[in-house]
Amino acid sequence: MAKRIDVSGLHVYYGDFLAVEDVSMTIEPRSVTAFIGSSGCGKSTFLRTLNRMHEVTPGARVEGKVMLDDMDIYGPDVDPVQVRREIGMVFQKANPFPTMSIYDNVIAGAKLNNKRLSKAQADEIVERSLRGANLWEEVKDRLNKPGAGLSGGQQQRLCIARATAVEPTVLLMDEPCSALDPISTLAIEDLIHKLKENYTIVIVTHNMQQAARVSDQTAFFNLAGTGKPGKLIEMDETNKIFTKPEKQETENYITGRFG
Amino acid sequence: MTTTTRTPSTGAPGDGPAQRQPRLLSGSLPRFAPPAVLVAAALVSAGVLAALGAFSWPGTAVLTALLYLVAIVIASTAAENARKAKDRLVTGVVYICFALAMLPLLSLLSTVLINGLERLDGYFLTVSMNGVTPSMDAGGVYHAIVGTVAITLLAALISIPIGLFTAIYLVEYGKGRLAKAITFFVDVMTGIPSIVAGLFVVALWMMVFGPGETNGAAGAVSLAVLMIPVVVRSSEEMLRLVPNELREASYALGVPKWLTIVKVVLPTAIAGLTTGIMLALARVIGETAPLVLTAGSSAVAINWNLFDGQMMSLPVFIYAQVRMGGAINMERAWAAALTLIVIVMLLFLAARLISRFFAPKLGR
Repeated sequence: MAKRIDVSGLHVYYGDFLAVEDVSMTIEPRSVTAFIGSSGCGKSTFLRTLNRMHEVTPGARVEGKVMLDDMDIYGPDVDPVQVRREIGMVFQKANPFPTMSIYDNVIAGAKLNNKRLSKAQADEIVERSLRGANLWEEVKDRLNKPGAGLSGGQQQRLCIARATAVEPTVLLMDEPCSALDPISTLAIEDLIHKLKENYTIVIVTHNMQQAARVSDQTAFFNLAGTGKPGKLIEMDETNKIFTKPEKQETENYITGRFG
Repeated sequence: MTTTTRTPSTGAPGDGPAQRQPRLLSGSLPRFAPPAVLVAAALVSAGVLAALGAFSWPGTAVLTALLYLVAIVIASTAAENARKAKDRLVTGVVYICFALAMLPLLSLLSTVLINGLERLDGYFLTVSMNGVTPSMDAGGVYHAIVGTVAITLLAALISIPIGLFTAIYLVEYGKGRLAKAITFFVDVMTGIPSIVAGLFVVALWMMVFGPGETNGAAGAVSLAVLMIPVVVRSSEEMLRLVPNELREASYALGVPKWLTIVKVVLPTAIAGLTTGIMLALARVIGETAPLVLTAGSSAVAINWNLFDGQMMSLPVFIYAQVRMGGAINMERAWAAALTLIVIVMLLFLAARLISRFFAPKLGR
């Protein structure tokens, strides 16, 4: 189910502005890869290119190759809509659909695509996804209440349930815990550990402890200066990045001596 | 009275050594002070004017307002402090402005109610003016209600899809010159005087159907010309209010753009969209000038057919009756005005109900 992502020579542009320069990396299946780096260094931008979400921004485009197993997702006949069904995404701010109940939010992927689901199928998907997101016990008695009425942490787990309900092969997470309290953060980190068994997970985080806790691989992004493009500085086993990184820049960043 | 309440006689703040350390405390007027001052101001003004032999209600009101502002500022400065006095002054001014704004509205409503209720009854609402001579004590407004409802419905049918789709284009797809041009022309259209919209349709009908062709459809088209820009503007604002995160959430689930618009953006904005559309409808339902030109002003019989013959509508009916000028005509005009106001109020009520029904629920 989980798939490997191979990126080679990827440049990301907003109009004429080069935002991320020449990234090549391999993201292993059934593992968690963390992207760290200072604000504005292009890690979120790069993450969004992995499921062609950046195209939603007017003027954004890429050069280079992103292979999902043996398929180039930027190939000429590839439909971005299909790519996004394959590669799900969880956003920084929890964004459940305000017009839908908790139940409908979870099966939104099928519902919005006009897919016919039998009641039993839908029930099954909702329960499995909510259990998978560690949310079932908390909401099983109020599935028909609006999703926007949950707490911030619950909403974020609802969004994860929604993303996993369409059974993607890769799950991208853009700072999923940045607006959450430590307990909700812990719940989501536990969830990431569990999801790793079935998915390829890529997570952007500002929290280095979090990267150290949840990820197998860590990629450090940085930019040479304001107005310059962001770059991938180093990518390696998380252990190695946090104990003896190869580049001085990486060490400066993770030890807090950031210049 | 509470302990923090101090009358001027016990001293203003900062007066005496005991006041020095608790700077956080300051006197405050009791809660009944503003209404009491208002009543006193009203009594004094009425008394003074009566004593001068110049009593009148408007004069008393103006004098009361001025006296109240002066008195409350003096009382507050003495018992409280300068900041609170300013606050009370501005609060007073705001209330007075509110009263001034309400005055014409209340006067209009009461006048229409008093004059309109004389003739407004079941008979008036259910018969037309067919075979009724202008000064006969008979006849009603049914044909005009029919015309207003039919013309407005057709106008809505034309302008809601056009307006809504234009707004969707502008918000979701439009970029570059075309979108800018559309926005510009919508703005220009908003400023078209209604009589010009009427003349435009008269000219159009003349070109297409030949001279002398007046019918309900022409009226509806002229109303649609006035209504489309309003619908576009309000819908555009509402669609822009839908957070981008929701669109992204939908895209990230592999939902195509058009389904995202249909199933996420529109339902999220539906409450605002319906309110905007209802307001646009209420705006055109009272238009007179374009309808006189396009749908005619002399129909007396019930005509359900939008495409054949003149069609009376409520605003035109009022206009025509007032033009005739007899006592009975004036009564009919008032009653018709009341009917029109009631219809508009029903529309607003419907809009409120719809927006409450569709509004995203938090369900806490």
